[in-house]
Amino acid sequence: MLTVENLKVFHGLIEAVHGINLTVPKGQCVALLGPNGAGKTSTISAITGVVRSSGAISFDRRLISEMSTEARIKGGISVSPEGRRVFANLSVEENLILGGALKPDGKSKRIAHWYNTFPILGERRHQMAGTLSGGEQQMLAIARALMNDPEILLLDEPSLGLAPKIVSQIFDIIQKLRDEKRTILLVEQNATQALRLSDYAYFLNNGRIVAEGKPEDLGDREDLMAELTGIS
Amino acid sequence: MEYVVQQIMNALAFGAEYALLALGLAIVFSIMGLVNFAHGEMIAVGGYTMVAVSALALQNPLIIIGAAILVAMIASVTLERVAFRPVRYADPTTGLLTAFGVSMILQNLFLLLVSPRPIAVTSLYFLEWSIELGTLRISSLQLFETIATVAVILLLMFFLKRTLLGIAMRAASLDFEMVRLSGVKANRVFAIAFMISGLLAGIACVFIMARRGSVDPHLGFDPVLKAFVACVVGGFGSLPGAVLGGFLLGAVEVAMLVMLPQSLGGMTDAFVFGIIAVLLIWRPDGILAPRTEKGDKQ
Repeated sequence: MLTVENLKVFHGLIEAVHGINLTVPKGQCVALLGPNGAGKTSTISAITGVVRSSGAISFDRRLISEMSTEARIKGGISVSPEGRRVFANLSVEENLILGGALKPDGKSKRIAHWYNTFPILGERRHQMAGTLSGGEQQMLAIARALMNDPEILLLDEPSLGLAPKIVSQIFDIIQKLRDEKRTILLVEQNATQALRLSDYAYFLNNGRIVAEGKPEDLGDREDLMAELTGIS
Repeated sequence: MEYVVQQIMNALAFGAEYALLALGLAIVFSIMGLVNFAHGEMIAVGGYTMVAVSALALQNPLIIIGAAILVAMIASVTLERVAFRPVRYADPTTGLLTAFGVSMILQNLFLLLVSPRPIAVTSLYFLEWSIELGTLRISSLQLFETIATVAVILLLMFFLKRTLLGIAMRAASLDFEMVRLSGVKANRVFAIAFMISGLLAGIACVFIMARRGSVDPHLGFDPVLKAFVACVVGGFGSLPGAVLGGFLLGAVEVAMLVMLPQSLGGMTDAFVFGIIAVLLIWRPDGILAPRTEKGDKQ
């Protein structure tokens, strides 16, 4: 469904990603793993079109590399970004309303659905999103990203900076999304958890894919795990 | 008593004008970090539109007012498209210089194409008469200006709170890229911001023209300078701050006019800015400056 070929990503003059290929088939959860600074978020940003990149990105058999960010989102891509980036100056409900900007039909039904899934968000619907805890903000970011009912969800570091108990809650949510047969590209540093949830995984380091395969094969590769955690 | 009410009306009317213009500056600044010094030229554009419409022998004041506001809005949106879009994501300084450039070009166009001299527009004089309430006598124009400003602020609040584009504009002041990542078109948000800004300038133009009765190429310079000060006092980028700053500036100005002895009459502005300087020592970011968010990893 999503195919990335020979992707190079640039930040100013610096090339952060040096020509990678990856595929996310429909209905699968694909993990993109790697240490800090490996180029994971750059890859996500290139897919949504907010950074300069070269190479071919196609989605739903359409080449989207030349499209504007807004057009890509309209085409069915949605992102829950690194650092969550909820609109701190809007209420929880307004965040969800804005998240569903492209799908006005049945919006209130979807908002109700998310309040059901995350009761805490329902309780705080009129509270400013900036006052939520990190875990609540992450839930809001995921719910907001799904308000447009996307074809693919790009989940960038959902567990970053959260307490272990909250992290396992977030991974439960991802498991649930996977059970719903949603297509997900999951970017994570937490390899053990991400591998458990994914159908296929890519391992990114220094802007190159250094390994890929089924989670059960990659999970046993101690050299990769060492690189990821920095323990050698 | 009469005198006090009269001065309060003066302060409200001054403040309303500043608040309208300051809001126009703040709404553009909040989403794109641009101090639009060409905002004043939208007032002049409205004024010249009135001249043109009157010259066409359309003396119906509603047509004159409507045309002035409409043309100010169109001019503002056009400026965004032509001048500000290319520098949208550039450094704020680039935007500021662009705005100055646009302002100068427009003023010189008025000089060259119309006239350096003021042109009279008399068709709005009907807005000014005195209303007598018992022993009180107040100016209808001041009353209209205050009411119109309050109505516009309420409408703007409704727009920002209740409509999708309004919510998107508030969100854009914090994280524009994330708004685009929700699928809202950036171009649309910018166009609406400039349209509202032009609308506010157009409404201010009606009252400025009704009071002055003439338009010249530099009509917008003074009001926008005051509006800029109002924004600084209120906290740049904050819409409530712009309104508060506008009314506060109006009040301080009238207070100085009233309280300063005759011999210091020419120094009103100096005293006003002196007070503002002191205010800024107390609150360097302005009274209602948006607090910087302490978020997670950005």
